[in-house]
Amino acid sequence: MSTAEQQPQEAAPTSARRLVDVVLRARTFGIIAVLGVLVLISALIQSRFVGGAEIRFILSQTALYALVAVGEAIVILTRNVDLSVGSVVGLSAYVSANMFGTHPGISIVLVFLVGLGVGLVCGVVTGAITAIGRVPSLVVTLAMLYIIRGVDTIIVGSGVVLASTEPNSFLNIPQATVLGIPDVALAVAVVVAVVAYCLNSFRSGRDLYAIGSDPDAARRAGIPIAKRVFTAFVISGALSGVAGVIWAAQYATIESTAATGLELQVIAAVVVGGVAIFGGSGSVVGAALGALLLQTINSSLNVIGISSIWTEAISGLLLIAAITLDRGIQLRLAAALRKRRVRLGA
Amino acid sequence: MREASEPGQPNDEGGESDGVDRAPRADSATGSGGTFRSSAHAAGRPILSVRDVSKAFGAVHALQGVSIDLHGGEVHGVVGENGAGKSTLVKIFGGVHPPDSGTLVDADGHPLVLTGPADARDAGIAIIFQEPTLFPDISVAENVFIARQPQRRGRRIDHRSMQRQTRALFERLGVPLDPDRVARGLSIAEQQIVEIGKALSFDAKVVVMDEPTAALSATEVARLFGVVESLRDHGVAVVFISHRLEEVFAICQRVTVLRDGQRVLSAPVGGLTASDLVRAMVGRDIAARVHEHHAPGAPVLRVHDLSRAGIFSDISFDVRAGEIVALAGLVGAGRSEVARAVFGIDDYDSGSAFVGDRQLHKGRPIDAMRAGVAMVPEDRRQQGLVMDMSIADNVSLASLRALARHGLLVGSIERRFAADWAARLHVKYSRITNPATSLSGGNQQKVVLAKWLSREPTVIIVDEPTRGIDIATKSEVHRLLVELSRSGVAVLMISSELPEVLAVADRILVMREGRLVDELAHADASEEAIMAAATGQATVPAAVEVGSA
Repeated sequence: MSTAEQQPQEAAPTSARRLVDVVLRARTFGIIAVLGVLVLISALIQSRFVGGAEIRFILSQTALYALVAVGEAIVILTRNVDLSVGSVVGLSAYVSANMFGTHPGISIVLVFLVGLGVGLVCGVVTGAITAIGRVPSLVVTLAMLYIIRGVDTIIVGSGVVLASTEPNSFLNIPQATVLGIPDVALAVAVVVAVVAYCLNSFRSGRDLYAIGSDPDAARRAGIPIAKRVFTAFVISGALSGVAGVIWAAQYATIESTAATGLELQVIAAVVVGGVAIFGGSGSVVGAALGALLLQTINSSLNVIGISSIWTEAISGLLLIAAITLDRGIQLRLAAALRKRRVRLGA
Repeated sequence: MREASEPGQPNDEGGESDGVDRAPRADSATGSGGTFRSSAHAAGRPILSVRDVSKAFGAVHALQGVSIDLHGGEVHGVVGENGAGKSTLVKIFGGVHPPDSGTLVDADGHPLVLTGPADARDAGIAIIFQEPTLFPDISVAENVFIARQPQRRGRRIDHRSMQRQTRALFERLGVPLDPDRVARGLSIAEQQIVEIGKALSFDAKVVVMDEPTAALSATEVARLFGVVESLRDHGVAVVFISHRLEEVFAICQRVTVLRDGQRVLSAPVGGLTASDLVRAMVGRDIAARVHEHHAPGAPVLRVHDLSRAGIFSDISFDVRAGEIVALAGLVGAGRSEVARAVFGIDDYDSGSAFVGDRQLHKGRPIDAMRAGVAMVPEDRRQQGLVMDMSIADNVSLASLRALARHGLLVGSIERRFAADWAARLHVKYSRITNPATSLSGGNQQKVVLAKWLSREPTVIIVDEPTRGIDIATKSEVHRLLVELSRSGVAVLMISSELPEVLAVADRILVMREGRLVDELAHADASEEAIMAAATGQATVPAAVEVGSA
């Protein structure tokens, strides 16, 4: 984010600049503000909402979505999209949980590595076709969505992984807490922080923003676009793979339809979190906050006593609101700048 | 701001009168070495030379044997009409197009082969485009250093150093810009400053500015000039391409005039006047005059005080039945924008447009079409035709309502209709069901014309009707326009080709920087008069100020 260090400068027309800065900051803080209002209203209606148990539940639910959203955000930043994440989570969930049945006594760490591996393979395939084959990611990942789900269905057959085959130490992962905060939420927070730092502090990370901001200019600036886009998909796949293992621990019973439709919820979270759908701007912190916001809405509707039937429609409305607001602000900004230039001009 | 630059070395050699070296139009073979020896420059050897460079695009010779020497500490103006080859020259400098023949030569006399933008950058050449393409979403400092960010331990980006260096660059340029703000929302002038800062950051020896002032306000131009002077004082060779002759005289030490891809003049500005330059710029081969005098009828299209903030203002004119009115002016003067506003494609802030007694709704092309207006757009591939659709479908596209029988379209009726109009306009095609892509440029343009003429309009607006088509078809289009007007249609033509304007138009309106600055009757019009008005040189006494109230 742009820092607050702005020294006073003579002659520079600052009014319009301030406007730009305010708008850009508003985008990030807007989510936090909405979250705050939401929590406040819910708490006023039903004080149970701000109780420890409810917050723990929201956080551990959010962790999974936020993890996938981080990967998705990286991809969307480059002006691409990854529709295959739901299928990757599903496949990884089944394959990893099934390890307990086929290899009783297997270490949990190894199971996580298997999930990561499944995600990596999917990410490499998707990334290679998109970046090297130069096929639009919308098409590639749509195809991968079906292919991976298909593979999942073939492997699972009519089978199901049942909770009884999984050790309690695995199934308890989502409930474990440190100082009242779920372990998974902490772990995901660390991932978000690390990814945010890398995006900000390495040329390769900044390149992702440049690619999404203007692909042609990025090419002219000598940025290796294919390599960066490929990496973005691999990271997205890997994070989805890990998320699949968490999914398995959370839901215990895994069928071939696990995590179907997850990709759309994740993209919604990313966009609500302020990542521009056409790339170039946004942050993974925002994406994670977006996931938290959507999850909080789910829970608060539930707590307030509004039927869960409404939650999807409300998520959709929120998505439209976020995009419309963003678009409206940008148009307004462009118009304001045009007017200003005319006034200053000859 | 200008004071921020260090006191520079003396650099006014340009003022020495060493005579105008007016190159004959085909002297290119003699090479540039001899041509420039007389210019007695303090810097001695040029830091970059263009030697005898030619470049053709298809049959169009964009540059023919052009030679230019660039010296450090000198601002070199390049002027010429639309299509004279300035943009191609910029692209040669930028490594975008390799020359067909001829070379670039560096300070040590070694030939320089540029195969891409990166090569140009490595050779110390920076191009500042009229509208720079920055990354809108990232900070100014990162835009300067993208993919070259300073690093500290662990290959992490040193944000502080990057910010400090950027700040230092802007201080050197004498322009206060916040390195931390995002590029989105920067004015074009500020974006250019960022590009110039980028050029300095990799120690560019040559900075080529392609019409940098076209979109700037007066104060911004003054600031840019400060920056250009600072570059010059630091020994950079600046190539300054501009339509505005007064700017060339204000900032350049030397000027080169291009005409039809050839260098027609290269001299220190000291010994030249604006009319010298105008005379050198014009004088292209005159197309056969197809104009015949005849009395026009009543005004059909009337435009009153049309304004759009920042684009054009106070535009008023009439086009009469049976009259061809040309809108002349330089690229970017706002001609197409006026036409688009009248037709309803673009919005406007104030003013009105009438066809007969009927006022056109703004922003509603369908309304203009119903009032009998047709518009042939500038870019036929993007705007005029649906390239993948058949010739027949393209011709009938604007007349579907009239062609429908009980609301249904019948292919055979459509094809007969299209074939009829294609024949009237002598479109050469093999099958009417072939896609529009199968046609040559000239025939594509005829299809666009057929599409609109088949609506039998009372007003037709044609934007650059003969751009990029061969000479034979060009004169056919000219004749067609004259025939149309003879049949009582009011024609408004936008054209950047002065011979075409002179050949076809009954009346010529000249636009400059969004305003109508002159109106010439066919009898009074000459290329010199039009160019003088278009470039803001009131050298022609006949110039009548209109519309600038």
